[in-house]
Amino acid sequence: MTRYGMVIDVERCTGCFNCFLACRDEHSGNDHRPVSAAQPDGHSWIKVREVERGSYPKVKVSYVPVPCLHCTDAPCMDAAIGGAIYRRADGIVIIDPDKAAGQHGIVSACPYGAVFWNAAENLPQKCSFCAHLLDDGWKEPRCVEACPVQALVFGDLDDPRSDVARLCAEKRVEALAPKPAELPPVGYLGLPKFFFAGEIVLGDKPDECPEGVTVRLRDGKQTVTAFTDNYGDFEFNGLEADAEYVLSIEQAGYKPRELRVHTGADPNVGTIVMEPAA
Amino acid sequence: MAAQDFTSCTNAGPITVTVEDGKVVRVRPLVAEQGDFRPWTIEAGGRSYSPPKKFNLAPFVFSERDRLYSQDRIKTPLKRVNFDPGPAGKRNPESRGKAGYEPIGWDEAIEIVAGELKRVKDAHGPSAIAAMTSSHHNWGMVGYKMSAFTRFFNLIGHTPVLDNPDSWEGWHWGATHSYGFYWRLGMPEPYDMLEDALQNAEMIVFWSNDPDTTRGVYTGQDAAIWRQWLKDKGVKMVFIDPFHNYTAAAMGGKWIAPRIGTDTAMAMAIAHVWITERTYDQEYVKDRTVGFDEFRDYILGKQDGCPKTPAWAAEQSGIAARTIKALAREWASRRTVLSAGARGGEGGACRQAYGTEWARMMVLLQAMQGLGKPGISIWGTSMGAPVNADVGFPGYGDPEGRISTTRAAVACPENPVTQRLYRPIVPDAILNPPIHWLGDGFCNRSLDQQFTPHTYPEPGCSEVKLWYRYGGSFMGTMTDTSKWARMYQSPKLEFVVNQDVWWSSETGFADIILPACTQLERDDIGEWGEPGGQTRHGNSGCNFRVVVRMKKCISPLWESKSDYEIFTLLARRLGVEAQYTEGNTDRDWARKIFEISDLPKRVSWEEFERKGYHIINAPEHRKATPGLRWFAEGRACDTPDPRNPKRGTVKARELGTDSGKIEFVSGSLHKVFPGDTQRPPMPHFIPSWEGHQSPLAAKYPLQLLSPHPRFSFHTHYDKHAHWMDEVPLHRVVKDGYAYWPARLHPEDARARGIENGDVIKLYNDRGGVLCAAVVTERVRRGVVHSPVSSAKYDPLEPGNPHSVDRGGCVALLTPGRMMSQNVAGMAPNSCLIEVEKWNG
Repeated sequence: MTRYGMVIDVERCTGCFNCFLACRDEHSGNDHRPVSAAQPDGHSWIKVREVERGSYPKVKVSYVPVPCLHCTDAPCMDAAIGGAIYRRADGIVIIDPDKAAGQHGIVSACPYGAVFWNAAENLPQKCSFCAHLLDDGWKEPRCVEACPVQALVFGDLDDPRSDVARLCAEKRVEALAPKPAELPPVGYLGLPKFFFAGEIVLGDKPDECPEGVTVRLRDGKQTVTAFTDNYGDFEFNGLEADAEYVLSIEQAGYKPRELRVHTGADPNVGTIVMEPAA
Repeated sequence: MAAQDFTSCTNAGPITVTVEDGKVVRVRPLVAEQGDFRPWTIEAGGRSYSPPKKFNLAPFVFSERDRLYSQDRIKTPLKRVNFDPGPAGKRNPESRGKAGYEPIGWDEAIEIVAGELKRVKDAHGPSAIAAMTSSHHNWGMVGYKMSAFTRFFNLIGHTPVLDNPDSWEGWHWGATHSYGFYWRLGMPEPYDMLEDALQNAEMIVFWSNDPDTTRGVYTGQDAAIWRQWLKDKGVKMVFIDPFHNYTAAAMGGKWIAPRIGTDTAMAMAIAHVWITERTYDQEYVKDRTVGFDEFRDYILGKQDGCPKTPAWAAEQSGIAARTIKALAREWASRRTVLSAGARGGEGGACRQAYGTEWARMMVLLQAMQGLGKPGISIWGTSMGAPVNADVGFPGYGDPEGRISTTRAAVACPENPVTQRLYRPIVPDAILNPPIHWLGDGFCNRSLDQQFTPHTYPEPGCSEVKLWYRYGGSFMGTMTDTSKWARMYQSPKLEFVVNQDVWWSSETGFADIILPACTQLERDDIGEWGEPGGQTRHGNSGCNFRVVVRMKKCISPLWESKSDYEIFTLLARRLGVEAQYTEGNTDRDWARKIFEISDLPKRVSWEEFERKGYHIINAPEHRKATPGLRWFAEGRACDTPDPRNPKRGTVKARELGTDSGKIEFVSGSLHKVFPGDTQRPPMPHFIPSWEGHQSPLAAKYPLQLLSPHPRFSFHTHYDKHAHWMDEVPLHRVVKDGYAYWPARLHPEDARARGIENGDVIKLYNDRGGVLCAAVVTERVRRGVVHSPVSSAKYDPLEPGNPHSVDRGGCVALLTPGRMMSQNVAGMAPNSCLIEVEKWNG
């Protein structure tokens, strides 16, 4: 039995919005009942979030496309009345455009903001994985076809030969926050994590970048070590949210430095000047 | 009714168009049979790289259907309400831009336009008629701007307007004098650059280049995956740009953000490090270049007492000397691709005061590292896939690809007028003649062509009385653009026509407006991504060559007609229809161009017509001929660059410079302008005439960076496809109005009481533009990033050229001054502004 799913690789996504625009082309003015009514302006059935972290010049930008996750335990289904939302045998969660009329509660039930309200039609609406196309023999929804870098991988999660099943088996596919108990059929790779970055300068040699300076980051449990690169830059990636760390810098001949950093603050700790020991 | 699929090709990818009940319901990447694709393979580092069997469109192409049915379409012929073309009638030119329009029938419109063409020509000669197109708004050999349009105007005679290379000025006016390639307008040959990079590159320095945004001009997003491969392979990436651009966002890597106008100083400091540490390719410099000793002495300060050290460059650029040194050392120690503009780049550094100097320095830096050796190239990262260069199909840049000049025609009328106008200074010419400039715009015939003197009006010719405008983008794309509004309101222009598909920034300045249709409403033919001519083999930015039969999917909407039909009607009225059409429909022309190409050797017209496309795969057994490898190795040119004039001659080992080598001191400049201090024979760092050190910075302390936009093709698809308004990176909707974004640093915002999302006014003495503030760490302090190319010109006081614009035409703010005294290139990125919160 087919069970559709998608893996979204945030590391690959370039933020081109092809997915959003292909979705709009498929659905704007096009009624695909019974799986979806026409999409009005203002809806983003796949919404690309721009996430900017850090500060000049240590900046990272990620693009996180968010369609309906077709949750295994879908809160919208609990909120729906009279069978207005149902899960097909292939796992796709469908809002019935006829039965869902007037049910505004479905919009607020979604923790991911993936359900949109159509005021003119008095209707909640969302991504259907282009179920009308899949039913017509298509292999993938429009957003996936449009992606230029295969950041969206779609297929049958139960077919071990499918790309999407292979990714799930081989890589650490994560759930989008807020994380549900069970990984939804739409999972993510490379979701932006907390990081710390900075630049080390030696006080007596300000015109040379010090390469290979030891930088350590520790919390209560463990210590990770990094070395500055040829620009004197260092970086720690993949850190826990809401955690306190101690950053310590050591270089022979220089006074060691220590500073407390928190993942809620600017991850760019800036330029740290090391003064000679004597 | 059953759905029917049609094929077409846009300026950013081939498409399949689904029509139901006479209405387009879907536009998707061209659906081709999987068996038609035979992907190439590149072996590198123990891996095989092959592209997926698909076509990757630029984002805006997905809004084609929205643009087709846009309420912004010009629906009927229109006449300005207070325009009376009669002999005694009042024309009221001063009210252009504010007066309204009334619909008229096609008969009346054609009668007025043809009547005015005849009247002006009879009274003043054909030079009094000027005709000007915009760029790139459609695709196809029949409908492209140099084709149906030019055939008509050559037939009746007119003053053409020379284009400036507005997207890559410095390469055209500068780099050509360092390494030739004038036949490519300053851009290097792209052959097999992808394979070279995958096999050999250890680092890529993207310098003022954002290929994920500019996408090889026409080639959609086919190259995006190449950069992913390079990233996955561990190729280190460095981005030098005052804006943390979209390629940087996608790739990660080191971001270095110099002040605008100081890139040349940074480049010279890099040369200083290499010279003093002897980490340049001395043998290459000795054998393959001329003038190095003089250059070395300049860099070391022996000429002017100012060594171009990293510390000196740090003062200019705001980048620490240690960072410049580290970059220089890393660059010299790794096989490094310099991805610096030149097709796929087109950032700010080549389009500012003295941008020639920066572009020349890019060539000279790579010359110091052995340009052409494995992994050492100038490559925008968006052209240079394996390609079959043996199968010929003309592009719009080729005479054969235009119905105005093609040998597929029985005869091609020649324009009798020798007078020229020059695009960036058309309003200056109309308002304040005489004016003078150097160069024929796109100078692809010789290095000397840049020095051709022009005067308007030309002796024996008339000033322009009739302005026939096709498209209308310039308020958003040229420089100091309020002068276009002033020009339009001048009584010197007795008659103004605008022919376009949509309402654009100049449309509302016309006396008569003619509604054209889109390419989905007419027949044509075209190869994806191939401009031909000076960008021959631009199709190597696509993973598969594909020629598309661009089909008429639906009948022209409302009262619109194809450009070809409009010109046919005008020709009929003027009694020259037979000469114009030679009895051909647009579909007939498409077939004739097919017939003179190499396609009939591979596929019949009937089969091509049935399928709608033909893929030309890269050869199965191919031998890579990487660009400039021949030069580095002292061999005859072996790349398939058809316009290289020395190729196949006894000089085949030489570049296109006078000496045949890379010239640190340019012979072509020395010959003509030995004493030019603004583009000296050897590149110099010259502080900008409008930069952070200018006196004007006291009043306008922020520098405006306006590179190409990410979500439109110049102005195309902006405004006319309202779906694009919902891409929050493209426009920011506030209180129901879609504002153009302006990105500024949090400290600059805070100092002015500006918060993210506020409507702000960008202004200087040239104008004021309202934008939505995007407060971001992605720009350095002192820089405001707001792309050029808003299609929407929305003055708060219509008809007042000095009005604040709400549409986002930041080009209103940029200087009209040319790059330097002998360089007729525009310099929009030398622009000082101030910003304030708008409470209007």
